[in-house]
This record gives sequence, C-alpha cells and structure tokens, in this order.
Amino acid sequence: MRYSAFSIFRAALAGNRGWKPAWRKPEPKPHYDVIIVGGGGHGLATAHYLAKNHGITNVAVLEKGYLGSGNVGRNTTIVRANYLLEGNEPFFAHSLKLWEGLEQELNFNAMMSQRGVINLYHSDGQRDAYARRGNAMRLAGEDAELLNRDQVRELAPFLDFDNARFPIHGGLMQRRGGTARHDGVAWGYARSADSFGVDLIENCEVTGIRREGGRVTGVETTRGFIGCNRLGLAAAGHSSRVAEMAGMRLPIESQVLQAFVSEGLKPFIDQVITFGAALFYLSQSDKGGLVFGGSLDMYNSYAQRGNLATVESVMEAACALAPAVARVKALRAWGGVMDMSMDGSPIIDKTPVQDLYLNCGWCYGGFKATPASGWCFAHLLATGEIHPLAGAFRLDRFARGYQIDETGHGAQANLH
Amino acid sequence: MASLINCPHCGVRPREEFTIRGDAGPVRPAPDADFGAWDAYVHLRDNVRGPMAEHWQHSGGCRRWLVVERDTFTHEVFAVVDAADYTRVPVAKPARARKAANPAGRRGGA
Repeated sequence: MRYSAFSIFRAALAGNRGWKPAWRKPEPKPHYDVIIVGGGGHGLATAHYLAKNHGITNVAVLEKGYLGSGNVGRNTTIVRANYLLEGNEPFFAHSLKLWEGLEQELNFNAMMSQRGVINLYHSDGQRDAYARRGNAMRLAGEDAELLNRDQVRELAPFLDFDNARFPIHGGLMQRRGGTARHDGVAWGYARSADSFGVDLIENCEVTGIRREGGRVTGVETTRGFIGCNRLGLAAAGHSSRVAEMAGMRLPIESQVLQAFVSEGLKPFIDQVITFGAALFYLSQSDKGGLVFGGSLDMYNSYAQRGNLATVESVMEAACALAPAVARVKALRAWGGVMDMSMDGSPIIDKTPVQDLYLNCGWCYGGFKATPASGWCFAHLLATGEIHPLAGAFRLDRFARGYQIDETGHGAQANLH
Repeated sequence: MASLINCPHCGVRPREEFTIRGDAGPVRPAPDADFGAWDAYVHLRDNVRGPMAEHWQHSGGCRRWLVVERDTFTHEVFAVVDAADYTRVPVAKPARARKAANPAGRRGGA
C-alpha cells in the first residue's frame, strides 16, 4: 500500500480498518544469497539498498529482538555532516544528501527536519578550530557558516551568552543539518526492504557462524541454521560478540551513552545546539520535549543504562548552556551500547574470513550515517568491492597507521 | 556501573572520584616484539560481556592504580585490589574465585 494524503483519506472513510502491517513476519528460509545480522537502522538500510541499487532481494535481516530495538531507537536523532577529515566528510556529506530525499524514496514520513545544527565556540582558539572545520566542510561541498555572537543570539536568545567561565563567542552553523524521527527511519527502511521481498526475521538471535574451508556458509540461530552465500554483520554495540563467533577480535570497546527527554514545552530551541565547553547537545522534538545528551559514561558496558554521576554532569551542562531549563523536569533517561572504535571512525570492510563482511565502529555517530552506511555496505556485499566513499573505513587501517582520528586522542576508545 | 567503589586504601568512595583506564588483561609486549603483537596490544580488545578486570585510578583520592573486577552487563563490582597486588589471570576464569585469592587488604606507603 502506497502512503499518501489520499490513502489516509480513503482509510479514514473506511473507519481506519483497512491498514495493513507495514512488513510481513516470514519464517526463515533454509538459504539466502545475503544475510545481514542486525535489524537496526544500518542493517535495514543495507537491505533496502541491496534490493534497490543492486537488485539482490533474496536477503534476510536477522534481529535478536524487534526491529529497531537497538541504537536506532535510542539516539538523539541528530543528522549532520560536519566532519573535518577527508576520510570522513565526503561519506557523511553523501549521507546528508540521501537524508534529504529519504522520505520520497521510502514513501514514509521520517519527519526529516533541516532545522540547522550550531556548534558553539567559547574562545578565540575554538573559533579558529571551527573556522578550519567549516572550511573543510565547504571543500567537501557541504554548507557551513561561521556565526558571530549576535547572529547566534538572534537564533537562540535563551542561551547564557555571558557565562563567566564559558561565554558564547559564536557558532559554526550547518543549516542543512537537523533531526529526523529515529523510529520512522527504521520503519521506513524496513517497509521498503520488505516490499522488495527481503525477509525481516525478528526474535532470531545469531548464536554461531558456520564456516567451511575458510569461508562462511551460514549462521546458527535461535530459530535454527540458516545458510547464506554472503554474511554482513551490522550488530552495532554487540559487534565484538558476533565477530568473536568467526574468531575475530575487533578494535572496539562497547560503552554506554545516555540520553534524556524533558517534559513538553512550547517552542523554545529551534535548532540543534551543541555546547563547545563540554560534550553536550540539545534540541527540541516536535512534541515539545527537550532531547539532550552528553558524553559516554566512560567505562565498558553492555547494559542499556548508565550511571547517576553522568546524569548529573549532563544536567549541569544543560543548566550552564541554557539556565532557563533548570526547572524543567526530565521525563525519561536511557542508555545505548556504543561500538567505540579506537580512532572514533567506523569500519565498513571485508574480513579475513571469506564472504564475511563487517559494518561497525560507529561510536556515538551512527544515526546520521544510516543511509550512507547502508548504501556503502550494500555495495560491498553486492560487488565484493569497497565503495569509494568508504575507502578510508578499512579494518586494517590501525595496523597500517591510517587511523581517521577526528579528535586526535589516540587508541583510547572512550575519548573519541 | 556501581555508584560506589571500595578503594582498598580509602574505603567506600563515590565512583566520580575514580578514572578508568581500561582492560587490565593485555600485557605490554617486549619492546622488540613483532609488529603484530604491538598492534594487538594497542588496538584490539576482547571487549568482554560479563566479568572483567579493569585498571582504575583513584584520581580524586589516594591516586593509587587499582584493579576493579566487575561485570560489564550487570555492573556488579566483585573486588577491588591495588594494582601492585594484582596477579593477571585469564579473563575467562570466574571472577568470584579470584576475589578469595586476592584479599583486598590495606597496603600502606608504596
């Protein structure tokens, strides 16, 4: 069923009893051309582009819980392409372009809202760094604009511009950045992949990877053995666990990142605003809740919940940036398990095991990458060749000394 | 992660006083070890889901390096010992058994 204003009208006249489930619940077949492990944003996007760009539809996506139950449903919904390094920026620029046409492509309302992303700066040195970043973005064809203090004040008057310790001097604005409805993205990709004939198999946990003569032949799951020609792993925070089944150790630590939503307020914050003095980001959802988050809890964790010490520091940052939020009540807090790589950049690559492909290491920046990640991973699974946009995201770059280290922190996963 | 860590020198202290370094399992290779050994030590991780030993520093207290044994899924802390008193054992070994073998006694001066 194609969604449109007309379909809503027609279904309403029929008492809204004509809506069909957006995807099937198929039983797994004994064998597929491609199996993707992980029914989150990246796995579902990969299935969509495998079918749409490459015509490969004998595909299964295996999800241990329900579709979108991992990080695609647990993020702060920010979409941006404001990277500095040349290994990263073209990839994320492509992702942003795909975001712009996503709803039309999927025939699904992902509530893409290009409201602008502002990274605030609080010192001369930080302004210079942001000017450099903005120039790098423009060289890659993206939009970037360095705002001075008055320009930021016009857009976001409720911030504490005269904070004694971190006065706001201005911000780097990317107007095409913004937010999208995170669940809607997963549902849109799932519905589209399903319509091409891809089997989305929920409640199916992979427990082993079967190999014969050095190549993958299928996966053991809680719903039995399923054979495949090619296997793609897109298991986000649990990538190390799945890769271990194929005898691999990854340059990844799983860490917990928390996020928060406040009670609903009248329109108050129009853009996505990040605090330059601490890792903190703030936006307002269409329902009116402030959506915000900070840094990692800093320790390895597979639990989707965090520590009160981090909650406190995030709230402190919120009050330092926008004192008006001090009396706003937080409604919900949650944690997601991040696959933090050793340089803070992702991995989309082949592995030493033949026909086994890897998509992981998205750290806490995976949501905005969803379309391009699926695009490049589908290309890899279909052709066996690395997509040029993901040419820097190789697994062996650590051994070769070609890390893509945006923050310059070295091999310490929790500092990226 | 638990909100309190029992420092063997300072007693039960809030977790904010401690700074994590990471997995206590990997052993630094010899300076002339081959490149693969160094790559594995610097970049690759077991990334354990379950009981794990980690280096933490009591940076807001006695500043001693500690080994905290905890579960990365339940966040339960099993034992805390001074890093100087810690003997590396394979991570697969049950953490509770190690607790008995390493009494977390007070260790003065060093």
